[in-house]
Amino acid sequence: MGSSPSPGIRKYDYDVIVIGAGGAGLRAAIEAAAEGAKVGLICKSLLGKAHTVMAEGGAAAALGTVIATDNWRVHFRDTMRGGKMHNNWRMAQIHAQEAPDRIRELEAWGALFDRTDDGRINQRPFGGHTHARLAHVGDRTGLEMIRVLQDKAVHSGVDVHMECTVIKVPVAQGRAAGALAYFRETGRFALFRAGAVVLATGGIGKAWQVTSNSWEYTGDGHFLAYDAGAELIDMEFIQFHPTGMVWPPSVRGILVTEGVRGEGGVLRNARGDRFMFRYVPEMFKGDYAATEQESDAWVTGDRAKNRRPPELLTRDVVAKAIVKEIQEGRGSPHGGVLLDIAAKRPADYIKQKLPSMYHQFKELAGVDITREPMEIGPTIHYVMGGVKVDAETQMSTLPGLFAAGECAGGMHGANRLGGNSLSDLLVFGRRAGQAGAEFAKRSGRPAEIPSTEVEAAVQGALAPFERGNGENPFAVQAALQEVMQTQAGIVRDRGGLERALAELDGLKLRARRSGISGSREYNPGWHTVLDLRALLAVAEMTVRAALERTESRGGHTRSDHPDSDPKQERRQVVVRRDGDRMTVRWEPQPELPADLAKLIKEGA
Amino acid sequence: MRIFRGTRTAGELKEYTLEAGEGMVVLDAVHRIQAEQAPDLAVRWNCKAGKCGSCSAEINGRPKLMCMTRLSDYPADETITVTPMKAFPLIRDLVTDVSWNYEVSKRIPAFKPRAPDAPDGTWRMYQYEVERPQEFRKCIECFLCQDVCHVLRTHEKHAEFMGPAFLVRAAVYEMHPLDEEDRRSYLRSEGGIGYCNITKCCTEVCPESITITDNAIIPLKERVVDASYDPLQALWRKLTG
Repeated sequence: MGSSPSPGIRKYDYDVIVIGAGGAGLRAAIEAAAEGAKVGLICKSLLGKAHTVMAEGGAAAALGTVIATDNWRVHFRDTMRGGKMHNNWRMAQIHAQEAPDRIRELEAWGALFDRTDDGRINQRPFGGHTHARLAHVGDRTGLEMIRVLQDKAVHSGVDVHMECTVIKVPVAQGRAAGALAYFRETGRFALFRAGAVVLATGGIGKAWQVTSNSWEYTGDGHFLAYDAGAELIDMEFIQFHPTGMVWPPSVRGILVTEGVRGEGGVLRNARGDRFMFRYVPEMFKGDYAATEQESDAWVTGDRAKNRRPPELLTRDVVAKAIVKEIQEGRGSPHGGVLLDIAAKRPADYIKQKLPSMYHQFKELAGVDITREPMEIGPTIHYVMGGVKVDAETQMSTLPGLFAAGECAGGMHGANRLGGNSLSDLLVFGRRAGQAGAEFAKRSGRPAEIPSTEVEAAVQGALAPFERGNGENPFAVQAALQEVMQTQAGIVRDRGGLERALAELDGLKLRARRSGISGSREYNPGWHTVLDLRALLAVAEMTVRAALERTESRGGHTRSDHPDSDPKQERRQVVVRRDGDRMTVRWEPQPELPADLAKLIKEGA
Repeated sequence: MRIFRGTRTAGELKEYTLEAGEGMVVLDAVHRIQAEQAPDLAVRWNCKAGKCGSCSAEINGRPKLMCMTRLSDYPADETITVTPMKAFPLIRDLVTDVSWNYEVSKRIPAFKPRAPDAPDGTWRMYQYEVERPQEFRKCIECFLCQDVCHVLRTHEKHAEFMGPAFLVRAAVYEMHPLDEEDRRSYLRSEGGIGYCNITKCCTEVCPESITITDNAIIPLKERVVDASYDPLQALWRKLTG
């Protein structure tokens, strides 16, 4: 085992390296820099293009600017109930308590949220939230957030390495020691040595066909953590957003913000029936309007005397209701249902509150949402599962490896509430950056990364070029997406999941045979071969965990086990690597403290 | 469809044939070609919904987002030509080196808020005040305005002119109700705002419909001029001390 520098590999040294530059990664980098750490930030795309930029509706925080009685307890309770009691309670508590400060901090850094009449940050209602709670900027909240964070990070002295993909987190003497990556532009490799590594890579949605996620969402952080030996939890819980575009085919899956429903949009089936009134679950009976009249009165402003529309139930409930309507033959012409805001709000209001939705439908579907309904259906949106982390520090089970945002598990339980992601990024991004900087300071630089290990990883990454006539990686990716869409989609059963597992084995072989011609410079075919490793690993995690959980809960629905099983409540499936084998085991979650349990049961 | 294939040193337009599906945009066609005919075809993209500004290119010579340009916008018998943005150095195929933009962005003096308005450390701003800078915040950094701007595209004044995209960025903070930083001398000297001769090409190509010239650049020019050249103001300053 030598430690001589590997030839041709560029070396960088940092106290903290952050992988991913969406909301969580940027917030982590800013905080680590504020702690005095030398920080490197690696992003797979250009800076400012990460998935956060697409977030539309808003960031949930109990600011109490619209409904003065809102507070962290109500937010905590909503989050736990929305997560079907499966959340890491401490993360849900920290999130609810710290989110307001994180939002106000963004304002101090230049964010321009929409305002209340008295000049404070305005908040909009959203699914599963008792009160109007989402700080927002029209329907482009994510763009505002990422731009503010991007400017702040750049002015905090963070080094940004753009269009750089990490393929391995090397481990030295039992701790994460940095990141091995390649630059997309040149195809050259770089080794980032660091005292702490923060994963903030987002989700895994590119493993499915109908998705609201971009090419980047190949589960890199999930895979890097798994490969490095860290544990992952809850990988069976996948969020299908109820409202994705369905027509024309080329836009299938593109997100339609929940803000449409937050602003009063209603769901109807092909018969014109407002079906959500029929799908209110037992746990939420009494919290939602019983009639169209009550719902309309709530929308137009009388929120004290009326309850909110059933369209604002949690995403898992709405998505499953839509699937049922379609399955039972009440779907729209292109296999969706209708979402109508035109009937409830004037055109000017829609254009002011939902400008990018107006634009998106007009340009891509030829639909004017101020005059006609949108055709929508469920689309893969978010993974609740991820790297198992400590609630306070976001450190994984591998020392020196941290995870924040979507690639971390626990915060959202079995189903995430809309708006809780943007605030999650800020709250836990900051904590991960802080803890990462402290860890690096306390523990110093890790031991030298064995050059043999680096060499082996580089050779492996370059191998596809030796198979110029190998399998087309895009075809393998498409086949994987089809398997996951049909066998591990919104409704699953044992037979389908077992078939999926067998098919994934075949796809792994095909991925190993896939090859690429051309040069290493900006070669998307090569990038896709490398992404396949992560995609196949996260797909397998989801399928194995979904097989284990013989009940339905939140974002995991088994047609062969349609009910929730109290015996599986607050128990989770843990995935980890054992040599070349993926292992799963069950683990109980810590019990809720009595006061919080009481709060959830009796109301805040 | 004709797509530019090549590097900084050599390249050509290559012709590809494919069947257009309903609602297909140019980016879909490029992706289909990549998946089926040319796996190494280099192209940037992310959101495919006009929100991230990654897939900028020139379509039949017009700077556009590939994800928001429908094939049906062109006659069925017409060959659509896709080339990379011209104002930036080519990396490969449709991908250009836009790193200069990030350097410019870094140099703009940062946001500096006034002291909080309320004892709890928060501010009060009204909707009518935030709406003006919010227009500029719609910028998705696609750099199409930079691409079309003749100061950059034709005269290559990258070293002396920040370009419309970053005048828009500066306008966010200059017109931010809380900001106290003064960027006028920066805009005049390093920013090179004087190079803009308001031909409004940038406004025409903006996929976010930001009124770049009228709402961002002209008011900034006025501020800069007010501060440095206005003889009446200068006289007034002299008289009043």
